[in-house]
Amino acid sequence: MNMPMPNLQPLMPEILFLCFALIIMILELFLKSKETVGLLVIVAVAATAYLFPQSFGTTFSGMFISDGYSSFFKFVFLLNLTLTILISIRYIQIERAEFGEYYTILMFSTLGMMIMASAGDLIVLYLGLELMALSTYILAAFIRHDARSTEASLKYFLLGAFSSAILLYGIMLIYGLAGTTDIMKLSALLLKSNMKLQTLFAIVMVTVAFGFKIALVPFHMWAPDVYEGAPTSITAFMSVGPKAAGFAVIGRVFLTGFEGFTPDWRLLLIVLSIATMAIGNILAIQQQNLKRMLAYSSVAHAGYAVLGVIAGGSEGLSSMMNYLLIYAFMNIGAFSIIILLRNEQERIETLEQIRGLAKNHPFTSALMLIFMFSLTGIPPTAGFIGKFFIFRSLVYAGYAWLAVVAVVFSVISAFFYLRVVMYMYMYEPSETAEQALAPSAPLGLALFITAVMVILIGLYPEPFISFARVVTG
Amino acid sequence: MEIGYPILSTLIFLPIVGGALLMLIGRRQETLIKFWALAVSVITFVLSLPLFTNFDKTTHKMQFVERVEWIPQWGIQYYVGIDGISVLFILLSTLVTILCVLISWNSITEKVKEFYVAILLIEGAMIGVFCSLDLFLFYIFWEAMLIPMYLIIGVWGGPRRVYAAIKFFLYTLVGSVLMLIGIIVLYFKGGTFNILELMNLSLPYKLQLMLFWAFFAAFAVKVPMFPVHTWLPDAHTEAPTAGSVILAAVLIKMGAYGFLRFSLPLFPEAAKAMTPYMMALSVIAIIYGGLVCLAQTDLKRLIAYSSVSHMGFVTLGIFALNTQGVEGGILQMINHGIVTGALFLAVGIIYERTHSRQIADYGGLATVMPVYAGFFMIFTLASIGLPGLNGFIGEFLIILGGFKAKKLAGVLAATGIIIGAGYMLWLYQRVFFMGVNEKIKNLEPMTFREFITLAAMAVFVFWIGIYPNTFLSFMHVSVQHLLERVSYSGGDSMVALKTIGGLIP
Repeated sequence: MNMPMPNLQPLMPEILFLCFALIIMILELFLKSKETVGLLVIVAVAATAYLFPQSFGTTFSGMFISDGYSSFFKFVFLLNLTLTILISIRYIQIERAEFGEYYTILMFSTLGMMIMASAGDLIVLYLGLELMALSTYILAAFIRHDARSTEASLKYFLLGAFSSAILLYGIMLIYGLAGTTDIMKLSALLLKSNMKLQTLFAIVMVTVAFGFKIALVPFHMWAPDVYEGAPTSITAFMSVGPKAAGFAVIGRVFLTGFEGFTPDWRLLLIVLSIATMAIGNILAIQQQNLKRMLAYSSVAHAGYAVLGVIAGGSEGLSSMMNYLLIYAFMNIGAFSIIILLRNEQERIETLEQIRGLAKNHPFTSALMLIFMFSLTGIPPTAGFIGKFFIFRSLVYAGYAWLAVVAVVFSVISAFFYLRVVMYMYMYEPSETAEQALAPSAPLGLALFITAVMVILIGLYPEPFISFARVVTG
Repeated sequence: MEIGYPILSTLIFLPIVGGALLMLIGRRQETLIKFWALAVSVITFVLSLPLFTNFDKTTHKMQFVERVEWIPQWGIQYYVGIDGISVLFILLSTLVTILCVLISWNSITEKVKEFYVAILLIEGAMIGVFCSLDLFLFYIFWEAMLIPMYLIIGVWGGPRRVYAAIKFFLYTLVGSVLMLIGIIVLYFKGGTFNILELMNLSLPYKLQLMLFWAFFAAFAVKVPMFPVHTWLPDAHTEAPTAGSVILAAVLIKMGAYGFLRFSLPLFPEAAKAMTPYMMALSVIAIIYGGLVCLAQTDLKRLIAYSSVSHMGFVTLGIFALNTQGVEGGILQMINHGIVTGALFLAVGIIYERTHSRQIADYGGLATVMPVYAGFFMIFTLASIGLPGLNGFIGEFLIILGGFKAKKLAGVLAATGIIIGAGYMLWLYQRVFFMGVNEKIKNLEPMTFREFITLAAMAVFVFWIGIYPNTFLSFMHVSVQHLLERVSYSGGDSMVALKTIGGLIP
């Protein structure tokens, strides 16, 4: 039998990225300075991103799709990786977790996400998802001497494994009904199978599994514990990367694969998104730990992004993608501040500890203020543009009432985001608190990028909207 | 009317850029910071004067227009311009900012740099709100204003500042986000964010009603109308003097301005149908606000509640929907800005000396600070509405308009003036007359800086009171145009109420 060589062009960025990851894994054994490793990863990112424009196409008989949609998400993943590396370099030294593997595992996780975004087949999707998830479990446990970190990882692993099993079960059902795992052909074949109830059951399975990945209520239980326990840099990484990857596959699977069942899954997602916004925002109010608060906030933000999927169409998709891009900047920005506050002696991550921060560190507080207002969605920050785009596509799709529900919850969110500002600015610092910062050049760069982008997108969103729009056609 | 350079953008961005540059000054150089803030605010004021002199009073069309594509995919433009309704507010904003900088000179000692940055940023946003002709742009400025104001109340305010700040923020935000949805819905109906184009749209009645209430949520909270006024006493009382002045003089005017600029011309039928309810809420605010004033023991809180009452007059005038009412409403907004702003400035002056806002801690102040007592008398009488001072003209026009629209409303509103005279004069008596209180025996007399701030306001009190036409002449044509737009449309309140009932499942 004669096997034709598949067209590797669409896969080139991933192949290159993988090669880099493997080379860096070996090089890292010989490199004393781990900063260099971080720098190498950023070079790999740049080289990979450079290949995106020439990679468009479909290969492996439709199992791997490289298009504008996937490229946008890959751009977000690479951005996420770059920012994570910038904020990690000094942080993992302080946490005494400076191992070269840290960077390579981050790369593998990102590779998994890239495969997910390009998956044209449920099996490929599953492979990417597992690569991403397994790498993230390891990363969550990276502070080996810290029980919290290990606990977080174990929790994440157990629940993640559980959700993967559910996903596999769903995929199996779909294969049984449609006779294919090709996402592009799925919709027609599922309709033809004429077994609505079984199909719906499969859709629910898939929704549950994806819901775990993007932490939708009621599948969010792991998020607060894991986010709190994991190393802060990894929390930042997890709250953006896997989430965006989850949305990438949701967008493709639901809007293409389950197109024939749109009213059904839309109803399901509406219920989930309202629950997510409600629980995420309301439970965030009582959190004293900043990382835990941001965990609930990240749950809530997933609820907003789902609204884009509900709105559907290219408008809805591009609003969801735009939101995730903006979310990446503001959320990593907020986590960068928490990392900045982690010095050799102590972790500063509760509200009590940042009391009066503005007095000792006015500049740091001002940056945190920008990120908090952006997460709330107050103009002229990027967060507002993100929400506005989502609401706009919702109203366009005829869901004005859902937009009203969403804005009400975003008012509730103002309460806990503003409380951070309140503690920093409106209270006097307690006498005992040191509040020493641990600044470093890469962290400064990450803060600079995120803060500038949050303001820039807020004031001049035009190129970013076009970016999200063009890729969805 | 055009001027050779983009004057409105200059006015919006000069304070913002000035505030941004202020961040670069070292935090120890407090004198430089203050003088920089003063210079920026004075230059902005001077640059705003050409609006006054070059304004063409014969047209209702937007003037000094600037139009640039901003987010073309969404049809959003940077589109600014002013007409007779908005021009005075811009001048008020630029004037008040100078006074706020002056009054805070010695009273703000903590985080001085941040304070003046916030003041300048808020000035830019305020001017932006009054000249935006694009709904999206308007919303950006409208919300952006919340951030510095939240900080001004929360960081530099009184003992309960944190509570007051968050309450202010949440109340305003709830209203604003509902308006945001309204804006988006409106956009999909009209296909544009351009206010002038949207005015030509005739929307279905049911939709108009829903949108009217969505916008009402934002504006009523800001005004504030009864029963969503409860944030105001807290915010006014706890804010530092400059914060109270900005709130009273400009910020709460934006709600009433919003009614004039958006609610009336965009949803004329709904607005007309809702008139009786709006007038009822206004009258309740007038009387209730006045009665609550009588029971206050805190100086700032009393003035804050008097704002509720005075803004009741403003909304009454606006929803009377006749020339006298609307012009009186606009003039009364300016008057209230000047008088209440001045009263807060005055209270700030003695608060800086005694650190007490309790009326009981004063008494006999007229013997200790006679010049100050004189100024306070002028503002008290202006607030009551003594003929010859500015308050009279506004209230007179409003009651006239209210009477024309609905006799009962006019009569009830007039009783509000009597209550107003009661609480203001009683306040004056308790603070300035009677035996000299031991605690205030040795107060310093007013400084020249403080004298200037009050004198500036007093000039306008007399100017508007004696020759209001300087200011009324700006708005005649624009108000006429607005009322024509509203009166072309039908609208019946009973039918409207039924329709609303039908919307609730």
